[in-house]
Order: sequence, then structure tokens, then C-alpha cells
Amino acid sequence: MTEPVLSVRNLQVEFASRRGTLRAIDGVSFDIAKGEVLGVVGESGAGKSVTGLSVIGLIDPPGRIAGGEIRLAGLRIDNLPPEEMRRIRGKRIGMIFQDPLTSLNPLYKVGDQIVETIRTHLDLSETAARRRAIDLLAEVGIPAPDKRIDGYPHEFSGGMRQRVVIALAICAEPELIIADEPTTALDVSVQAQIISLIKRLGRDHGTAVMLVTHDMGVIAETSDRVAVMYAGRVAEIGPVQDVVRNPLHPYAKGLMGAIPTLAGDDKRLVQIPGSMPRLSAIPRGCSFNPRCASAFDRCRVDRPEPLSRGAQSVACHLYDPVSAETAA
Amino acid sequence: MLAFTLRRAIQAIGVMIAVGVIAFSMFRFAGDPVSQMVGMDTSGAERAAIRKSLGLDDPVVVQFGRYIGNAAQFKFGVSYQFRLPVTDLLMERMPATLELAVCATIFAMVCGILMGVYSALRRDSWLTHIFQAVSLIGISLPTFLIGILMIYLFSVTLGWLPSFGRGDVVHIGWWTTGLLTLSGLKALIMPSITLGLFQMTLIMRLVRAEMLEVLRTDYIRFARARGLTTRAIHFGHALRNTLIPVITVAGLQFGSVIAFAIITETVFQWPGMGLLFVQAVQNVDIPIMAAYLMMVSLIFVTINLVVDILYTIVDPRLRSTVSRAH
Repeated sequence: MTEPVLSVRNLQVEFASRRGTLRAIDGVSFDIAKGEVLGVVGESGAGKSVTGLSVIGLIDPPGRIAGGEIRLAGLRIDNLPPEEMRRIRGKRIGMIFQDPLTSLNPLYKVGDQIVETIRTHLDLSETAARRRAIDLLAEVGIPAPDKRIDGYPHEFSGGMRQRVVIALAICAEPELIIADEPTTALDVSVQAQIISLIKRLGRDHGTAVMLVTHDMGVIAETSDRVAVMYAGRVAEIGPVQDVVRNPLHPYAKGLMGAIPTLAGDDKRLVQIPGSMPRLSAIPRGCSFNPRCASAFDRCRVDRPEPLSRGAQSVACHLYDPVSAETAA
Repeated sequence: MLAFTLRRAIQAIGVMIAVGVIAFSMFRFAGDPVSQMVGMDTSGAERAAIRKSLGLDDPVVVQFGRYIGNAAQFKFGVSYQFRLPVTDLLMERMPATLELAVCATIFAMVCGILMGVYSALRRDSWLTHIFQAVSLIGISLPTFLIGILMIYLFSVTLGWLPSFGRGDVVHIGWWTTGLLTLSGLKALIMPSITLGLFQMTLIMRLVRAEMLEVLRTDYIRFARARGLTTRAIHFGHALRNTLIPVITVAGLQFGSVIAFAIITETVFQWPGMGLLFVQAVQNVDIPIMAAYLMMVSLIFVTINLVVDILYTIVDPRLRSTVSRAH
């Protein structure tokens, strides 16, 4: 097997606060292979975005990576000096943020922003970079790119601005794209276009994509594999069909049960009772135990470690043969 | 764009006429100018003759019309005290005030922006703490006190700089400048700092606050994610966005710099319009006071207009909304 583009091992991210240190990410591990799309889902505050930001090295103080490793094609990047990490950002890792309306500097023409980024990373002349920028705008589906390149961000619609943002993220042919809720701020018809654009770019360029979202529909449509996050940990990770059709973790089951179907049987959607714990009050044992219908004694004491079940991996005591006996 | 400029210009004329009403009414409410001008033993007939020669016996509306008409041609009558046309007096003094105000503003802008940017980027540096302390002093100490303290230190104790006046000036047409002689430049230093210090602290605090605000925005975060150099992010992206409100404030403040010059000019005996105004107040020389009021308003209104136009040049968003709206 070839080396994964991105390999995250036992990542821990902490935020120092006045009332002690909060652990936002606690032991997250996953790989993304070349050309693969990994969907990361979870509720707000599950640590999805923080995971993405720590990969690209943009965790703002007081947050910091407290442990674990992040490797980009084998190169360890979580402890690089800031200047070297800067060279990787935008060149080898591209990022797309949630809100295209605020991601672009309003005072500069979109072309100038693209050319600036290209010339930061690639050794191109002004005219060559401009030509490349026009090609990029065409590639992300902006009509008449040779004219639109001289437009200001406010002259573009939300969907078009997100396309510009994507063009900016891919302008130096990165190996990895981190898309942090790229469709949340867009309306539904535009969402589908942006999703298929990200998917096509990943396929055409062999780029690995980490797609952070809370929209299971987007994940099912786009991703090859999916990681379900809960309270700063990965509850379950596996191929997208398996996890959607046959979720193992009780939390993943709850999430999948909450997806409305078009078949339209009038059953009420399943709701997971309670809400995710705050970082300052994560329960002992499995962090999901207070909301879990299948919880038993061990869940309130021991923290479950990931267990392999076929292609899936799940962090739940239900699947541990040792505790299965005690539960029964 | 042209329609926008034109509309603003018409508004500006409206403001100037309103100021004209106030300036004119000063003549009516500040006592009888004739009795100020003449001695105790002047006869009633002589008083009436003076009154007639000054046009003070015409109906109010006629007097106002005449006043505005003349003001539009920069004729503000004759000073009671100097018996000279007010316009000549003001024009003679104006170069001194403008040079002082421009130098003070440049000083305030350059130092204010540099200090503001530095203290926003290096929040915990000791130099930032010093800047903050200096800005507190600048904002809380009155101008005249700073001027007097500087005179005491640099003129009286150290003897480096002149304590009053403009030094040697060079005449270029009707304009007199102190910028071309060494003594003129030396004389300019302390008054400029005194006058600009308050604006400098204001600009510094504004730049710092705006810069910190801008550095938290999404497009700065995205610029970092694009791997741009820190330099490009701070000075290319953040600073330009910071400068928009700074231009407005600095522009509008230029008007108050000229107005505040009254105090600085008095402290340093600077032969400008402010000093002329203070003397006019002491002597109830209403034509000068009214003309000064009109002048300062004109400067304010003009600056407002220029700032509005500059705004549209710096911010492309305004450019298109303005052209779309008309």
C-alpha cells in the first residue's frame, strides 16, 4: 500500500482557558489516501473544524497541538517552524472555508488575489500567473473568466465566490484540500454544484479531500470514507456505504436515523436525547454514555478504544468481546 | 460618479449659506459696532455718517444679501480695528496657519499609523506599552500645557528651538513659507508637534483598534490559509482595510486641526489666522470673526467633500453602488 497523503495519529488539541485546560481533540487518528474524499461529520463543537485547522497549522492561541502526529505524505508537519508551515499552506494543502462572502478581501480584485497566491508559491511571471488564474477560474466553472478576473468580490454571487475560493485553494495544485463546511452558507441548488465541483477536482487532480460538514447528505454523495466525530474523538470511521447503511456506534446509528428519506413514510425522525457535553464537563468513560440507550457499567468507567470490525473501526464497548460477556 | 460629486457639492453650498446666516447674525447680536469704533465724544451726526458708510442702516435682508454676495467673492468687509480689508488680513495670515496645520497632520498621520500598526502587531512588546502611555498623555493633557512644557524644555532649558514666531520666511507670490529656511523649519517643529499630538494619539488608537479587528476577519484567516507571507498579510491585506476609516477621521480632523490652531498659535505667537482671530475677539472685531467662521466652515465642508470622493476611490464597493444608485 502506498503512503497516505495525510496521516493523523492520536492528535490532541488543547485550549488554555482561565478555568484550566480544555481538550478539544482527544486522540483522533485517520488517514486519507491519494484521490480519496474523507467526510468528517458530527454536531457543532465535536471538533471537526479544529481537526481541519490543526492539519493546516492555523489553530489560534490559546489553542495548541498538545500531542500526536500529523504527516503529509510522510513529512511530519505538526511541529514545523512557522515559516516552513507557511510554505506548505496554500501550496501543498489548500483550504476552503465556510463563508464565501467573507473569505475574500473586499478591496482587491479576485484576479489580484489569485495571482498573488500563485506567485507566492510558484515561480511564475505576472502574465503567466494571470493566464493561469484565468484557466483556474474557467476550471471551477466561472463564465467569461477573462473578464471576471478583473471583478471585485462583491460583484460575484455567493456560489460564484465559493468557486473563486476553490480556485484559490487549488491554484498551486495541492495534494490535500481541507473543505470546512464548504456548502453550509450556500443555498441548496448551489450546494450540489459546489459539491460536484469539489468531487471532480479531487478526481481530476488526484487530490485528497478532507470534507468537514454536518450534512450527512453531502457526505453520502461525495465521500469515499466517513469519520463520525463526537466530543473531540472519532466514534466510528469506515467506507461511506457501510457507515450509512450499517452504522455500528450508537451515536452513528442515531445520526443516520435522523436523516429524512424521500420515501416519505410519516414516521418521526429519530432524535438523540440530550446534547453533546461541554468541553469542561466531558463524562468519565465513554463521552457518549449519558445519551446512549445501550450504555452499561463499563461505559461509565472505561474509555473505549477503536476496534476493527471489517472495514469499519468503532470506539464502543458493545463490540469488545470482553465486555460483551459482562453486558450479557 | 459625476452626479454623486455634483450632489455633494450642492449640499455643501447649502451648508455654507446656513453658516453665512450665523456669521451675519453675529453682526446684529454682538452689540453696536459703531460705538466700538468711535470715541466717547463723537457726535450723533458723525455716528450716523459712519453707520451709513458701513451700510448698517439698510434693511436686514438687504444687508444679508449684500453680505452673502460679497462673501461668495471672498469680500468680508473692512476690519474695525485695522481699517484694512478682512480678506487681505486673512490671506496674509493663511499661509502660516495652513503650513502649520499640514505639518501637524503629516506628523500625526505618519507617527499615528506607524505606532498604531506596530502596537497592533506586537501587542506585548515593551515599545507598545510605551506608545500606549504616550497616547494616554497626548489624549489627556491639554494642548497649551504640552506647548508650554516643550517651550520650557527645548527653548528655555536646552535652547535648541525658538520659543515663538515663524522664523525667516520666503515670499513666493502672495504666499509666505517658512519651509525653505532653517530658522523657519526649526520654528515649525514644536508648534506642529503640539498641534498634531492629539490627532496622532487619536489616529494611533484608531489604527490599532481597526487593525486588530481586521486581523480577526475571515479573509485574513483565508489569506493565511493561502500561505501568503506575514508581511503580505499585514501590510497588503490588513493595512489597506484598516486605512479606510483612518482616512475619514484624519480628513475630518484636518478641519479641527485648523480650528484648534487658535490655541497653538497663541502659545507660540504664531502669526496665523488663529492668532488674528483671538485678537479680533479681544477687540470685538466682528468682520474678522465672521470671516474666520466662514473660512473654517468652508475648509470643513471642502474636506468633507474630498473625503467622500477619496472614499469611493479606496473602496471599490462604494464605487459601484454609487454609480448604480444614480
